[in-house]
Amino acid sequence: MTRLEVVSPGPLALVQDDGRPGWAALGVGPSGSFDRASFGLANRLVGNRGTAPAIEALSGGFAVRAVSPCVVAVTGADGNVTIGRDGHAALAARNSPLHLRTGDVLVLGMPTSGLRSYIAVRGGLRAGLALGSSSRDTLAALGPEPLVAGDQLAIGPHALGHPHVDHAPVRPSKSALRVARGPRDDWFTPEAWQALMSTSWAVSRHSDRVGVRLDGPALARRTPGRELASEPVVTGAVQVPPDGRPVVLGPDRPTTGGYPVIGVVLDADLDRMAQLRPGDLITFQEADFR
Amino acid sequence: MNVVRRCGDRALLLEVDDVHGIARALRAAPLPGALEIVPGAETVLITHTSEADVPGLARALAALVPLPADGSAEVVVAVAVTYDGADLAEVASLSGLSVAEVVSLHQRSDYVVAFCGFAPGFAYLRGLDPALVVPRLVTPRTRVPAGSVAIADTWSAVYPRESPGGWQLLGRTESVLWDLSRPAPALLSPGTRVRFVEAAR
Repeated sequence: MTRLEVVSPGPLALVQDDGRPGWAALGVGPSGSFDRASFGLANRLVGNRGTAPAIEALSGGFAVRAVSPCVVAVTGADGNVTIGRDGHAALAARNSPLHLRTGDVLVLGMPTSGLRSYIAVRGGLRAGLALGSSSRDTLAALGPEPLVAGDQLAIGPHALGHPHVDHAPVRPSKSALRVARGPRDDWFTPEAWQALMSTSWAVSRHSDRVGVRLDGPALARRTPGRELASEPVVTGAVQVPPDGRPVVLGPDRPTTGGYPVIGVVLDADLDRMAQLRPGDLITFQEADFR
Repeated sequence: MNVVRRCGDRALLLEVDDVHGIARALRAAPLPGALEIVPGAETVLITHTSEADVPGLARALAALVPLPADGSAEVVVAVAVTYDGADLAEVASLSGLSVAEVVSLHQRSDYVVAFCGFAPGFAYLRGLDPALVVPRLVTPRTRVPAGSVAIADTWSAVYPRESPGGWQLLGRTESVLWDLSRPAPALLSPGTRVRFVEAAR
């Protein structure tokens, strides 16, 4: 069987697919790839269906060895990719199908921009299923364990025809993230919404797949101390704990929360949350709804 | 009329008097474009497709009438508890009761799963006797064993797996709350009725 062997997982490497929507009523969050567009692109570049299980690697340092010939693609964050064997390494392209020979080692360098890379392999990874998905939910501890050095990753036999593409152009966006008001914007002072919109927020180093934490001014509530009955939340919800520092919920979020949500990042802008690095500055703009 | 609040561009949040009645109505007669129905304590979240007619969906949700429970389908789960929890004495002290009275009151109530959250299969049980309303621990425990039966605020719950936790521990059960190998992995899902009984010694 075709396999990849993990040489180094880097700081965190997870198997992800399109997640497990539909179980929220039982307390199971969606999980799945954080940057869905990059994940889907990696799969399409190697001729997989867009939701085949692939690897989501955080930052740099991830490395795999081809145990047999295979085709892979690396998307997401920007930075060096090398393919090496016998002490020689050559630069390889991101956003392109890459042919690995037996023994080749694919290494992801530190990203120059962005945070998460996706490594898809032609045929897709064959990983264990939990509730119909191979996604690792880091909060609920569901799905395949985080990858460790020495893991042998099985590759599925089925793939669509080879894609007729050598390289996919990807243009990063630096514009403000669009946020829709509510559902609990009325819990906050008008100044709090203004501060959310006008501040250059710094991404905290305590950010992860559960939530992207933002450093900046505290967002004040109209009635401090008032408690919200726990209510369901969505990915992209800008939740504000009592300390006033907003947290934008990610795919491994809980399904309900007891902190008011001042606004929600639009679905189309969620992928960019995945690529925010600690210290990055971001701004929001109010989404105009018809 | 239910209050409908926008929750980004893929969901609506509904403020309702009868969470489970509304959830039943939505399952019995799905609305066009609606996907997932997620109960909260006093709200129901409805996710929808990108193509959904959101104003139309919002109007339908505002006018939605709860569907009464079909008594024949009602499930009552008995959870057998050994009352030896680490916080039993503290709960007794906070509530001005004896340990025996705390145990008796905890068993006397009929509970219903209001909603799930915190972790897969973690069910918030409504119905706790008001005399047992106690605050969460000031410093949560880093490790609460699976099967721990606990209370906090107006809720009772059973920890489905080992996790950190800030609720007051009354005891433990051998019941398996969450098992992925079962067709229905959660023992307790929204609407399930629950009784706590003394475990056989």
